[in-house]
Amino acid sequence: MHELSIAMSIVEMAEEESERRGGVHVSAVHLKLGALSGVVEQALLSSFEMAAEDTSLQGARLLIENIPVRVFCPKCSSERQLTSIQNFSCPVCGAPTPQITCGRELEVTALEIIQ
Amino acid sequence: MTEPRLVEVRKNVLKQNDVIARALRERFHQAGVFVVSLVSSPGSGKTAFLEKTLTMMRPHHRVAALVGDLATENDAARLARSNAPVKQIITGTVCHLDAAMVENALQDWDLVDLDFLFIENVGNLVCPSSYDLGEDLRLVLMSVTEGEDKPLKYPTIFNSADVAILSKLDLATAVEFNWDQAQRSIQSVRPGMMVINTSAKTEQGMSEFCDFLVQRSRMRAAIAV
Repeated sequence: MHELSIAMSIVEMAEEESERRGGVHVSAVHLKLGALSGVVEQALLSSFEMAAEDTSLQGARLLIENIPVRVFCPKCSSERQLTSIQNFSCPVCGAPTPQITCGRELEVTALEIIQ
Repeated sequence: MTEPRLVEVRKNVLKQNDVIARALRERFHQAGVFVVSLVSSPGSGKTAFLEKTLTMMRPHHRVAALVGDLATENDAARLARSNAPVKQIITGTVCHLDAAMVENALQDWDLVDLDFLFIENVGNLVCPSSYDLGEDLRLVLMSVTEGEDKPLKYPTIFNSADVAILSKLDLATAVEFNWDQAQRSIQSVRPGMMVINTSAKTEQGMSEFCDFLVQRSRMRAAIAV
């Protein structure tokens, strides 16, 4: 359960950004969450609420965009989306696909602010 | 009240850890120390494996270990039997090591005096996967007593590791361990992953493992030049 420390980092980041912009109020945080990030969405959502308590982020929403794992298939020579992170093989031709192109994201992409 | 406005930010949440990890990696390379981290579930034999590795490598190489644990110093005491320098990192309630903890633990060690540094993570197959520690090589241990489908249950950590170590091979027959099935599980979540069969008890595979580390460290040194 490392979601709380990650949630605290998100709150910290948003607070810094808000201060940088002259103390604007942050009403929502947009986050990209890769299927291979090692972070559980539900745990992160409840941790975020806890982490935001008594900060300027209190009551702000965490909006998560889930990013599936995409891999490069060497046989098809194209990028494919995995259907399951338990099976790293091309959904079209079945070739093993060790090369990941996305799916590890844990990234704050945007903030909704009220001036 | 005005309508909220969307501003783009684009910041990696683990950036702080990644920055420290990158600096550590740079320090390790400059000092010429090859760094290996170990992750696994609790009880899969990390400490026994590491104790054996340290004991076998120590006559020929300068080895040391950092070991993470939630509460006790028992693992450090066990590893110290190898006579290698060992330091315990007690994480309290934190379920993983992060780069800052490693950096702190190394404060009074001169890295130039080392050839190999081992970092044993807290027994946990979930949280450590997200944190880069600046290591050159990440090993994931899986004991034959855990069930062949462990990789399918924890694909993320297997995917973050470079090499899989099958441990407690001496118990394989007793638990009717199916090697082919385990191999299929590993290759399904990490195609092409190298798997090394070991038993710290009978020393099966241990000298091959030590040779592999030496070879890897030489390869890295060659690239660094």
